[in-house]
Amino acid sequence: MKSWLHRADVKASPYLYISPFYLLFGLLGAFPLVYTAWVSLHDWSLLEDEHPFVGLANYKALFADSLFWNALGNTASIWVISTVPQLLFAILLAHILNNRLRGQTLWRTGLLLPNVTSVVAVAIIFGQLFGRDYGMINWVLGQFGIGHIDWQAGTATSHIAISAMIIWRWTGYNALIYLAAMQAVPDSLHEAAILDGATSMQRLWRITIPSIRPTIIFTVIVSTIGGLQVFAEPLLFGGGGLTGGSDGQFQTLALYLYQAGFGRFDFGYASATAWLMFLVIVLAAMLNFLLTRRIRRA
Amino acid sequence: MGFIRRAHPLTYLTLIAFLFFSAFPLYYSLIVASMDNSALGQVPPPLFPGTHLVENIRRVFDTVAFGKALINSVIVSSVITFSVVLFSSLAGFAFAKLRFRGRPALYVGVIATMMVPGQLGVIPLYILMAKWQLIDTLYAVIAPSLVSAFGVFFMSQFLSSAVPTELLEAGRVDGCTTLGLFWHVVLPIARPAAAVLGMLTFMNAWNDFFWPLVVLTPENPTVQVSLSTVASGYITDYSLTLTGAALATMPLIVVFALLGKQIIHGIMQGALKG
Repeated sequence: MKSWLHRADVKASPYLYISPFYLLFGLLGAFPLVYTAWVSLHDWSLLEDEHPFVGLANYKALFADSLFWNALGNTASIWVISTVPQLLFAILLAHILNNRLRGQTLWRTGLLLPNVTSVVAVAIIFGQLFGRDYGMINWVLGQFGIGHIDWQAGTATSHIAISAMIIWRWTGYNALIYLAAMQAVPDSLHEAAILDGATSMQRLWRITIPSIRPTIIFTVIVSTIGGLQVFAEPLLFGGGGLTGGSDGQFQTLALYLYQAGFGRFDFGYASATAWLMFLVIVLAAMLNFLLTRRIRRA
Repeated sequence: MGFIRRAHPLTYLTLIAFLFFSAFPLYYSLIVASMDNSALGQVPPPLFPGTHLVENIRRVFDTVAFGKALINSVIVSSVITFSVVLFSSLAGFAFAKLRFRGRPALYVGVIATMMVPGQLGVIPLYILMAKWQLIDTLYAVIAPSLVSAFGVFFMSQFLSSAVPTELLEAGRVDGCTTLGLFWHVVLPIARPAAAVLGMLTFMNAWNDFFWPLVVLTPENPTVQVSLSTVASGYITDYSLTLTGAALATMPLIVVFALLGKQIIHGIMQGALKG
């Protein structure tokens, strides 16, 4: 009897321990994703009781919708303007912090401070800093003789302002991740390079970056997924609202999805947008993967 | 430890500049939060705190349901944190230390789900919550975050190296059940990692915005939702919104000031093994 119980305990109980995760994730994570596809094939308004099946009509309408392409373009633009400088700064910072320094804890705390701040607060604070008339940034630019910029009004300027929020919040976090990877690179490699007369930048370029390439790939993929979901920053930037400014000049995909789903209650259309977003994410991840593999070979 | 060479003075200057940029927006939000709105049109912009902080804080609580929002955020974040830490430790233990059929495939399943952004499921989740009549309740905010793939991954990575297999075998020989092993052997060892996961989860839950905005109303908000209500008025009241922003961030800054070292350590450890 006892050995039977023991066998059951050893064989079956692991499933018991992982089941809360799989049950809850299945119901509230995986199922909604599949269900999104189903909803996207219907004319599904929250305000109606009937949800007639329409096949791919939502997708067809989306492809013909210039606002969708506008949102996709804005998202891509903001993603590039925010990710590239962010990761470059992060690598440089991590490289600096990988020296023997006084006050490591202080610097690292400083790195992570922006990341602890809520996105909503960041969007509001930067909205004020980037204000046209009384914003600090325009005042500083004014000192250098650059005229008052209406950051919110232009496409490029609004993308730069939103990217600044993202860069501010995430650079330090990525620097920490790079620092962790850099500390795993053997000291002997650097010592040998120093004996050969390599400068700090040469070591960064020739030793550190090749050694932490998997971590770089990881951060690129994570920031791509994050970049495609940018929502609070454009929503709250200078009261831009769901349209992302008066001409949608900074409406992102996530904002567009929210507008369709919870502004117009057109759930079918919003679901189709969600699935296209998913496809874009998968494509971007695959492209990253292929690109970085090519770089490794070269 | 990292690399062995004395840092150049310029290095410190760079770091100080970075620290300045990290802290400045937060500092500036405190300045504006302590100003009368009429003081904000000054040229040059004010750089030192004014005297209206208490008045502005009072105005935030009068304008939106900020007190209720704070209580809601504490409830939501605490429940989510407890649940994520508990279930992640359990599943992490199973994946790290127990043998069972299908383990590799199930573990890959966990990792794969880390890649799926939550925003993609909001429409059906909303339909489900509406069907269960949970819209505008905290249950709707909490339910989708009760488990976390990252948490399972994080705990399993930690436990696989931190818990000696011999210790578990010895426990078995002494007649301990698997659950007994979890309780008496694994949990005490898992404490530091569980603490880090708990803090990260709490911060994420506290700062979450998209989903609470979908399911809650301004009358029954979380802190972030009520903050967005203040900010999206027709005419922006900057002292008011930045006071709210500072108030919403302050609890996390306090936690971070106290426990930042462990959080940083945890992030670096998790990143290294990922």
